[in-house]
Amino acid sequence: MSTQGIYLRRRIVNVTALLLGGCATVLGLLFLVWILWVTISNGIGALHLSLFTKITAYADEGGLSNAIVGSLIMDLMALLICAPIGVMAGTYLAEYGRNSKLGALIRFLNDILLSAPSIVMGLFVYVIIVLPISNMTHGHISFSGFAGSVALALIGLPVIVRTTDEMLQLVPGTLREAALSLGVPQWKLTVQVLVRAAASGIITGVLLALARLAGETAPLLFTAFGNNFMTVHPLDKMASLPVAIYQYTNDPSPALHSIAWAGALLITLFVLALSLLTRLLFSRKKVSYE
Amino acid sequence: MNDLAAAVEIPLTEVEENPKIKVSDLHFYYAGFHALKGISMDIPEKKVTAIIGPSGCGKSTLLRVFNRIYSIYPKLEARGQIILDGENVLDPAYSLNRLRSKVGMVFQKPVPFPMTIFENVAYGIRHHEKLSRADMEVRVEKALRDAALWDEVKDKLKQNALGLSGGQQQRLCIARAIALRPEVLLLDEPTSALDPIATSRIEQLVEELKSQFTIVIVTHNMQQAARCSDRTAFMYMGELIEFDGTEKIFTKPSKKQTEDYITGRFG
Repeated sequence: MSTQGIYLRRRIVNVTALLLGGCATVLGLLFLVWILWVTISNGIGALHLSLFTKITAYADEGGLSNAIVGSLIMDLMALLICAPIGVMAGTYLAEYGRNSKLGALIRFLNDILLSAPSIVMGLFVYVIIVLPISNMTHGHISFSGFAGSVALALIGLPVIVRTTDEMLQLVPGTLREAALSLGVPQWKLTVQVLVRAAASGIITGVLLALARLAGETAPLLFTAFGNNFMTVHPLDKMASLPVAIYQYTNDPSPALHSIAWAGALLITLFVLALSLLTRLLFSRKKVSYE
Repeated sequence: MNDLAAAVEIPLTEVEENPKIKVSDLHFYYAGFHALKGISMDIPEKKVTAIIGPSGCGKSTLLRVFNRIYSIYPKLEARGQIILDGENVLDPAYSLNRLRSKVGMVFQKPVPFPMTIFENVAYGIRHHEKLSRADMEVRVEKALRDAALWDEVKDKLKQNALGLSGGQQQRLCIARAIALRPEVLLLDEPTSALDPIATSRIEQLVEELKSQFTIVIVTHNMQQAARCSDRTAFMYMGELIEFDGTEKIFTKPSKKQTEDYITGRFG
């Protein structure tokens, strides 16, 4: 083939690949923008101040205040449970179990947990926490915000384990050698040097886990259950945004439907804000060890 | 000028030298691969010893046995003796903590810790000694001055060390190592990631530091070995081929292989 021919062929292949890639990107983004558009256009109209002052009710005058408070409490409690465990487990995997068989097994099991159906987490917590407590207290305490938090923590845990593990593995091995060559022991090196070097990545993982668990409905159905009254007590049945949305959409009243849309918009904005925060954190990290 | 005079008056090979480290019949294995094959050499005190040789000859491996840093990886094994001040550092009873406070190391790529410049230097000291704030400041300043970095960083000690240039980072790593007041300083290709100006600053620094420390430098740059070392070891395929005064190695080596390597015929 002549040189001209080769160049022509390369140009055609290049343009074709670019077009196909471009189309796929547009198609992917189209759905994202569509989802955002539907959520915003339906939710923005119902976004009144009364959402934050009134509790959920099966009348046209409902709000979301108890659901917002319940979600914040349960998300935060879930994070308090899964962040320390997840960061420590991820640290174990990266620093102590990197090449061991046990490490490989834990990584595999963690990946299964990562993709486990979230309703299974709800059922699991129902069986190990809700039922025993209910039997012990003769039904005084059954569904609770605490049980909901544990179910949500199980959703967030594998995300944090995975990102902590991966972020620590990205820290250059020479940093470990440098600290060890000063006589510093492994645990000090891990806590004071490596975790600090990977801090923004680890925090990113924690925020991603929060974003993930904040939108979950299924794990809460059998654990926190839902509550049409305001409560902050962790052993009460507790309302949450996703469950409130689910309940409102099951109601025939169009007024309640629009409150559900507003709730959906609130969750979306919360997750969006978290994603922006993680991007901000991660882009700052880029200056080091490149 | 001084170097030349020194070389003419007293040929280095004949200088009475006090061996700081005596290596005898050292073998090293990477999961069965025989990487060092019976190395024996005496490393003189407060001199610069360069180790040269083609890639994969075992020069970095040899350096990494001196402070047992290899031991953090599985399946590596060293056999033989490395006598530092009369004690075998390969003896498992020899405390790693003690060994690493006596033998400092600087690596190929500058790797400052993700902390302030001050903390980078203070970090290692704090592990070995309890110092008052004022004493610590004196120690850190001394180390930074000795590493020829003080003037450039004295006004930004509280800034993150990752903001320094590559050459400055490497001098910070040297400061970090010498802040522990080691007796031996191991340099593993310390300038291979640096530009020529930063390289010449490090070489100058090595020259200044040898009055305080016994320095062993691994380099793939023969000019560097010729410029800044007193003795040079040439290694090939895991064996020590020749070890002599630097002048002699580069002017009239006694082994054919050494001559071939330094004249660029292979490697």
